[in-house]
Amino acid sequence: MKKIEYTAIKGNSLAYYSLLAGLGLVILIGLLAVWYMEHNGHYVTGMTNQIVWGVPHVFAVFLIVAASGALNVASIASVFKKEDYEPLARLSGLLAIALLAGGLVVLLLDLGRPDRLIVAMTYYNFKSIFAWNIILYTGFFAIVGVYIWFMMDHSMYKFKKQAGFAAFIWRLTLTTGTGSIFGFLVARSAYDAALMAPMFIIMSFSFGLAIFLLVLMASYNWTGRELGDEVVSRLRNLLGVFVASVLYFVIVYHLTNLYITEHHGVEKFILMEGGQFTKVFWIGQIILGGLVPLALIYAPGVRNCRKTLAVICTLITIGGLSTMYTIIIGGQAYPMEIFPGYEVSSPFFDGVVSDYTPSMYEIALGLGGIAISLVIVAFVIKVLPFLPTSLADKESVNS
Amino acid sequence: MSDSVNHSRRSFLEKSAVVGAITIAPGILLHQVANAKPDDQAVSDSVRWGMLINTNNCEQGCTDCIDACNTEHGLVGNDRPKSDTQYIRKVTLRDKMTGHELSLPLMCQHCETAPCVDVCPTGASFKRKDGIALVDKHICIGCRYCMMACPFKARSFVHEEVKNQTLSAPRGKGTVESCTMCVHRVDKDQIPACVEACGKGKHDAMMFGDLNDPNSTISKELEKHGGKQIRADLQLNTAVRYQGL
Amino acid sequence: MTNRFLRITFLLAGLALLFPVTGSAETPLPTIHEPEGEGVKCVEPEDVMRRNHMNFILHQRDETMHEGIRTSKYSFAECINCHVEPDENGNIAGVDTKDHFCNGCHEYAAVTIDCFECHADRPQKFIDRGGKSASLQDELHQTLAADEDMGGELK
Repeated sequence: MKKIEYTAIKGNSLAYYSLLAGLGLVILIGLLAVWYMEHNGHYVTGMTNQIVWGVPHVFAVFLIVAASGALNVASIASVFKKEDYEPLARLSGLLAIALLAGGLVVLLLDLGRPDRLIVAMTYYNFKSIFAWNIILYTGFFAIVGVYIWFMMDHSMYKFKKQAGFAAFIWRLTLTTGTGSIFGFLVARSAYDAALMAPMFIIMSFSFGLAIFLLVLMASYNWTGRELGDEVVSRLRNLLGVFVASVLYFVIVYHLTNLYITEHHGVEKFILMEGGQFTKVFWIGQIILGGLVPLALIYAPGVRNCRKTLAVICTLITIGGLSTMYTIIIGGQAYPMEIFPGYEVSSPFFDGVVSDYTPSMYEIALGLGGIAISLVIVAFVIKVLPFLPTSLADKESVNS
Repeated sequence: MSDSVNHSRRSFLEKSAVVGAITIAPGILLHQVANAKPDDQAVSDSVRWGMLINTNNCEQGCTDCIDACNTEHGLVGNDRPKSDTQYIRKVTLRDKMTGHELSLPLMCQHCETAPCVDVCPTGASFKRKDGIALVDKHICIGCRYCMMACPFKARSFVHEEVKNQTLSAPRGKGTVESCTMCVHRVDKDQIPACVEACGKGKHDAMMFGDLNDPNSTISKELEKHGGKQIRADLQLNTAVRYQGL
Repeated sequence: MTNRFLRITFLLAGLALLFPVTGSAETPLPTIHEPEGEGVKCVEPEDVMRRNHMNFILHQRDETMHEGIRTSKYSFAECINCHVEPDENGNIAGVDTKDHFCNGCHEYAAVTIDCFECHADRPQKFIDRGGKSASLQDELHQTLAADEDMGGELK
């Protein structure tokens, strides 16, 4: 096999600095929003005592899930020994770290007391899935960091496979942990399902690969490097399988719930009567995030069209955010079954569907998290050789 | 001391003493005196504090327990019902089959195996040895996972700045809080404010006592007439039991 | 060229650090409010309190919170009860001002504390709650305790 040559991007064009400045501005706006929310308290957001997790969590969980999925390309290369993916492994690892960092920043800055980060690091309740996740996230940074180091350092290259394997196991555990945050909640009808963990894993494959493709195409396009159709269409086909699997899991999840009488209420809510949540589910998650991308991926006329692929990946990202919105916020909006068999009413919103309107501060924080991830990638590929100089098809190299 | 002052004072005391007798007398006082804990002694698991609520005596529209709770803990709202704190609330239930209506106070159920304690990443949600579930606001980071996990929606997040807190409920923006079973009063051998207020209003729908002591009034009443747990299917072994449900 | 310029800048910055800020720029020492009354003494000597008050409070905090130990010696509320008093005009300096006993020193020492995010910065007796008693039961007990011959009636 031909030796792959990696080079750092030049990153001295006006466009590059404009990109950094633009992302910097988004981050700045996000931080201002955080300052405003923390200064006034959470009442300025759309979150309440009924909807306790809002849009920041939608973005954070999406980014964390996508992070472990972004590592997939590297895993395919080193764990499943597909050499064609090898040149993409470094970027895959970098994107994984960057997305996780962005997601964690959002999660952290939405805490009631973000100034107590040190408390979160020093006091542990080992029965808490959150506490496991803190360890899983920190470990992910370390393991993927080592993995990237082994990939880039010739003296350590021989251990790359082991590191890649460790990273692969770790990422599966991490997504299981993220899914279990919801799966282990007995209190709410929408969450109480072990299926959450595997569903989150398959979602991570899809969301992570979509973002990976977007970043890959953008960085090659904007730096004028060659990106062959062969590698792109391979990833594109893979993406199709992932999107279909996500749809499959969503169908199984809802069919299971539909079979269990206890869950009929919440199913009727999400699928039919949930107002904004029903719309987000059908339009965002199913149509835009699932059916349309699937149709476009396998549409014959646009096989090698990069623009269509970019649209597909963007739709999957939107679908991913919609999925998180339906699961996280829709799941809370449906009234909790405290007294089965009774109609319930109280001045504390028992028995009624909680409404939620995201505030611009929450959205600004979420977008800031995405910008942080992208800035990390843009900066690191400038200082370190992460991108192969060329990803042209083999035939064109030979000719 | 002049006669008039003495008279008014005496009449107040007489009233108070009657009230005291109503709320404290049924066995609870005797028991509490027997178990009086010195200030410097740690709580032990020989007691498990609990409540028994008789929904038949709970009047619809009555808010005595809520008012007492709010006063006791200095809970002042900001006219934003969705984000204002509540420790205890009144819930009206209507049986879907029979149409029978009943009313009951709902607060932290102080579960033996509390989901909030399980999920809290820092251990800020914890249970005292005597069974009272609390939030240690010194180490609460405000992640609200406990609120996601609580099957009774018993917890509130402090959404706004708080000033001039009472000694009984130090509370501040960005942390989670809930019913403390008036732990500050229990430690001084007093009964929770809601139970006291319910008795004062002559409703007697709430009873407080030691579930571990088979001779306490609450245990005897539970043995005689029973008491259900809310969401018994979750097997949380709640410390607040309900009759007439 | 650039390197040399940077080096000189750093050198100058380093030198500046060697000279302490002097004269009028000095931060004035905090004024410490001594509790009024003859023979009123803190629970420990002043120098011990200065060094260790945070440990005392922290220790008491965990014991009270988790074990229900409610002794008053190192109680945070008792600190406030003694050390926060109204001035001659009857105003109490809030914890966001320099005149507050705790904040005066902490601002001087640049130590941020978050005790007062949750705890009241003044004694309960100076908080107006619109006439509502903090605890009806307390009221009852206090009145009964004040009048000894009536005290027996509760039992």
